[in-house]
Order: sequence, then structure tokens, then C-alpha cells
Amino acid sequence: MKEWFSNWWQGFADEFKLNFIDGDRWLWLVNGLKNTLIITFFAVLLGIAIGVIIAIIRSTYDKNKDTMRKKGGFGYAIISVLNGVCKLYLTVIRGTPVVVQLLIMYFIIFASSTNSTMIAIIAFGINSGAYVAEIFRGGIMSVDKGQFEAGRSLGFNYIQTMIYIVIPQMFKIVLPTLCNEFIVLLKETSVAGYVGIADLTKAGDLIRGRTFSAFMPLIAVALIYLVIVMLFTWLVGKLERRLRNSDH
Amino acid sequence: MTTNETLIKVEGLEKSFGKVEVLKGIDIDIKKGEVVCIIGPSGSGKSTFLRTLNLLEEPTNGKIFFEGTDITDPKTNVNLHRQKMGMVFQQFNLFPHMTVLKNMTIAPMKLLKLSKADAEKRALELLERVGLRDRALSYPSQLSGGQKQRVAIVRALCMQPDVMLFDEPTSALDPEMVGEVLEVMKSLANDGMTMAVVTHEMGFAREVADRVLFIDQGIIMEQGKPDELFSNPKSPRLKDFLSKVI
Repeated sequence: MKEWFSNWWQGFADEFKLNFIDGDRWLWLVNGLKNTLIITFFAVLLGIAIGVIIAIIRSTYDKNKDTMRKKGGFGYAIISVLNGVCKLYLTVIRGTPVVVQLLIMYFIIFASSTNSTMIAIIAFGINSGAYVAEIFRGGIMSVDKGQFEAGRSLGFNYIQTMIYIVIPQMFKIVLPTLCNEFIVLLKETSVAGYVGIADLTKAGDLIRGRTFSAFMPLIAVALIYLVIVMLFTWLVGKLERRLRNSDH
Repeated sequence: MTTNETLIKVEGLEKSFGKVEVLKGIDIDIKKGEVVCIIGPSGSGKSTFLRTLNLLEEPTNGKIFFEGTDITDPKTNVNLHRQKMGMVFQQFNLFPHMTVLKNMTIAPMKLLKLSKADAEKRALELLERVGLRDRALSYPSQLSGGQKQRVAIVRALCMQPDVMLFDEPTSALDPEMVGEVLEVMKSLANDGMTMAVVTHEMGFAREVADRVLFIDQGIIMEQGKPDELFSNPKSPRLKDFLSKVI
């Protein structure tokens, strides 16, 4: 038994050395993680920006279309067109796989660019924006109508009421769902290797190709994703508790 | 306190929701300094009437003049006029993500461009007046219903409005909290504030109002000084209504 264990341990140590220590291959993972985090971080920001804008347009249209249609005029025309564009965007983005969107961005739309990280950020950000927009729209619609009326009655215009009163409350409502979307996004960036980006997944796979040993690098990659997601979940939990301070 | 200067003038006001006609032609002048209480059975259109005064409900027909300006004219910037018309809601509608102080200072700071210090000074003075200065840093969820409504009143006052609109301000309160809110409204009326109050508190209407409107079926069925209206109702509808509520 003791001998078996020491053999196993020796094998484990050799594997570890081969995959991570030799040729400083652990640096590949570090570098891959860095790329994964950069892409995720900026894609999240882009996704939130797109999501807020689309959610405001769509909920404005949903809430005011009846009164605006009656008045007609320029405002209604603009908001109708914008709403149509947003719906088209949502349909296309949610109806096609993210890998295909990434490949189209890389090989067709930005064919002349070599900055693949930037292209990945744009592709994942645009993808995430579609899901975030629907999360935000649900959040805006579920903020009590009286909040909106109170804002307007003080003299705030539509946009000011949204910015100071509705959107902050919306963020609190959607935080858990939003957190979930970002966990999904972090993991979705693992397809970035398709366009030649050495993200975390690609780094593990490169090590596997070099050492012909699959277990260590792939399990290591999985564990790193897991730890990051757990860390993120913990942070969001803390943030939620802080936001909840206002409703004891 | 009533003066001869007309603050709000309503002409031929009509409002429909789809096919349902809620207001069927309302004409009324509200003078500066006047306290007008609006009573009537539920579904009579009295809340809708109040909410059209600051265009929270857009009238289907008719005109509303506020300080001489036709605010139903699409060219009028209604946001500027709403700054001069404070409103208090049945459900308080305090902003739950802000402290009491922030609730009161955000509009003066963003809209009237008051400095933070000036806005807070104004807010704290008003809080002092309604006995809630020590709650300035509380969140709305930490307050009782009566306290919330008092904060909602002073939040509106922070904009230094020319008229205050009250939409059933005590209807969502526990009975023992009604008094504290009515006290604040009474002192406001004594200070000469122009007020339009939709209410079920007949005692308040009788004591404080300069004029009482009885709205039923979308029109002003009867109006007059509270004493006359309550002790000598003319229309059978009002007689019937008063027999039920008093």
C-alpha cells in the first residue's frame, strides 16, 4: 500500500513537472488566464452599455407606444425605428451561436484587422449585450410605476427619471441574473481559440499538444475557471448584501 | 388665505381610457392660496382629475392653464411647470435606494442647481418642521407609514412649489398615523399654500378646505364652502354619498 502510494505520487510529480514546470509552461496558463480575463472584463462593459441603451429604448417604446401613436409625429417615428432595429439585433444575436458570430467578426467584418483580442471583445460584448438588454428590460418594467411618476412629478424629464431613479433600482433587481450572465460569458470566451487567441482553454490545449498528456493541463484549466466563478459569486453576494442595506 | 389671483384654470377637461370616459368636462379655477378638497365615490374620476393637473394623465380634451400658461399645449415644457407643482401620492413613492435626505435634495440639486450645502440646509429645515430631523439619514424602509408620508410632503416642498397636489395622502396609512400627516397638511394650509387634496377625510375637508368639490361620474356634481356642502347638500348623489361616509 505504501509502495503503491509512493509510486502514484512519483508519477503525479513527474506529470506535474512535465506539464507545468518544464519550459515554464505554467506561464502559458497565466498568460491564457490574463487574456480570458481581459476579454471577459471588456466584453462585460460593452455588454452592459449596449444592454442599458437597448433596454431603455425597448421599455420606452413598450410603455409609451399607445400615447405616442395617438400624438404621432417625429418622436413616434424615431422610437419605432429604433425599437425595430433593437428587435432585429436581439433576434439575430440570440438566434445564432456565439462561435459563428466570432468567426464572422474575425474573418469577414474585421478581416483586415489583426488585433484578435479586440475583435473577440467586440464579438462577445455584442453577444452579451443582447442577453443583458432583456435582463435590464425586465428589471425596468418591474420597478414600481409610482417611482417613475414621483420622479416626473418633481420635474425630472424622462431620461433624468430613468438615470436617477429607475435604473439604480433596476440594477438591484437584476443583480443575481446579471451575475449569472457574466459567469456564462466568462465560460463562453473559451471558444476564443477558434480565432487564434491564446486564452485559458487554448493554453491548456497547447500544453496537452506539447506534452501528449491530457489529464493535468485540462483539469488545471477547469479548476481555474471554477475558482474564478466561485470568487465572482462570492463578490456579488457581498455586493448584494450591501445593496440590501436600504431595505431592512 | 384665498386671493383673487387664479393659479390653475381648467377648461372643458375630458379624459378617456380607451372607450371608458372617466372625466366628462370639468371647468374650475383654483385661486392662489386656496385649499380645495375633492371628494367623491371611488371610480368617480377624482384621482384622475388631480393627476391631469400636472399631466401625469394626459387629458383627451380641454385645456389646463397654470400660472397663465397652457400646459396642455405640446410646445410647453411641462417639466418646468411640474417643478412648481408638488405632488404627494397615496403610496408615498419615496425613492427606496436613497436616504431621506437624498430623497429631498436630489431634485433641487439636479433641477434648480442648488449646491449640496444649500439643498441640505433647506431639506433639514423642512424635516425639522415635521419633526423628522433625526431621520435624515434613514432609508424609507426604516420609517413608519406616517413618517414616510411626511417625508414625501417635505420632499415636494423642497422644490418650493406654488401648489401642492395630494392624491389620497392618508388612504394607505394605519388609522393612528393619519393624524400626524393631516397636522402637517393643516399647517401647510395655514401658511398660505395652494392645495388640491383628493381625500376621504371629511373632517379634514370640513375644517381646512376653502372649497369642496364633489366629483361623481366624471363631472363636478356640486361644489361650495364646506359648511354649506356638508350640512346642506343639494344633489341626491351627494346626499347619498355623505350618508354613507359620515
